[in-house]
Parts: sequence; structure tokens; C-alpha cells
Amino acid sequence: MSSGARRIGIKIWLLTVVVILRNLLGNFALSWGMKHAPEALSPLGLLKTVFTPWILLGIALLILWMLTRLTLLSWADLTFVLPVTAVGYVLTVMAGKLFLGEHVSPWRWTGTLLIVAGTILVGTTYPKTTGDGGGPA
Amino acid sequence: MRWLLVAVIVCSTTVSDLLQSREMKQHGEIDEFHPGRWSRIMLVALQRRYLVLSILFLTVSFFAFLALLSIADLSFAVPATAASYVVETILAKFLLKERLNWKRWAGAGLVACGVALVSM
Repeated sequence: MSSGARRIGIKIWLLTVVVILRNLLGNFALSWGMKHAPEALSPLGLLKTVFTPWILLGIALLILWMLTRLTLLSWADLTFVLPVTAVGYVLTVMAGKLFLGEHVSPWRWTGTLLIVAGTILVGTTYPKTTGDGGGPA
Repeated sequence: MRWLLVAVIVCSTTVSDLLQSREMKQHGEIDEFHPGRWSRIMLVALQRRYLVLSILFLTVSFFAFLALLSIADLSFAVPATAASYVVETILAKFLLKERLNWKRWAGAGLVACGVALVSM
């Protein structure tokens, strides 16, 4: 791998980590906010819920997540970005186990291992297969 | 009601992702991604018609997800996203012309199964 390709590789992985963390924090804030919100299925109820601090924080984080992800999509295929950012699910399970003392079932551990295996497989492919920067898959 | 919301989430997420990937491929690589450049990326997003459309679909998906979270557990809501990995991989091959080798197919399949299992 040339030094230029390696530099792009490092940039892509760095950005992938940022995308994963922003999504994780954003979803946590939303989940927390919704759990402490009143029934919000009516349009007015949903609108009221949006303007609570946790939901606003979640929305802000998810906007940043989207901008970072757009940048990542300008460098790499959708079929590369989707599986590698799925590591976020693994982190959610780990955080639940470590910080919240949640019980992790054998099924959940199996799912976690499958996600890690899928991410590693896709992570070994060339990130971009279309356009000018297109390489072999 | 739950399954209707799941269908809305999967469909709108898939359309949003495909549009975003298509537009960013056409735009070309964005070099800067440090915090001072967020406004520039935001500007790029707002100047491209299909990217604006993708944000609308993402918003639909987001509100459907919020509504789903208010009537169902996260452990029900999460597997809803698992189906979209396979659907998006197939559509990315045919619509975005991404070249997929066996590792990409296997990876997408493993991740989809994994996401479904994680919720159990």
C-alpha cells in the first residue's frame, strides 16, 4: 500500500470511529429522553417531546453524525460504511454490560460476535469501488 | 402499528442512504472534516436537491423511530434496522454500481444476522 493510500485508510478509520461514537451518544440521549417523556404518539405530543433537553441533545448529536457520515460516504462505498459502522451495536452491548450491569444473553453475545466478524470481513476490502478512486472490491 | 412503523423506518432509511451515497459519490471526496468546516459540509448538503430529499427521508425515519420507541422496547426497535442491511447492499450493487466481492456480501449477511440476534 502506498503512503497516500495508507493516509486515506487512516482517515477513513478515524472518521468511522467518530461516526460510531456520535451515533452511540445520540441514540443514548434519544432513548433516555423518550423513556422519560409522556406518551408521544399524537403529533402534538411528539412535537412537545422534541423540545425537551435530552431529545434536543440527541438531535444535535445526530445532525453532527449525519454530517460526518456524509463525509465518510464521499470517501467510501455505502456497502463499506454500513457494515463497519455497525460496530456501534457491539459498543451498545458492552456499555450496557459494563456501565448498567445488564445481563447479556448468549444470543446477544453470538450476535455481537457475528457483527464483529462481518465488520472485519468488510474492513479488509478496498473502501471505494466506484468513480475515480475506484479500486477492486 | 408497530410493524407499520418498522416498515416506514426500513424503507425511508434505505432510500435516504442510497440517495446520500449517490450524491456524495457525485460530489467527490470532502477533504476537511474538523469542526470549523461543518458549515461547509452543511452547505454542500443543502445545495444538492437529492441530498435535501435524503434528509427528508431521514427525518421521516427519525420520527417513526421516536414513535416506535415510545410504544415498544429498544430490543424490538433495533432488529428493524437489520433487514435494511441486506436490502441496501442489494440495491447498492444495482443502483450505485458498487462492485461487491464475497467478503462484502458475507459481511452484510453476518452483520444483519448479528443485529437481529443482539436484540434477543
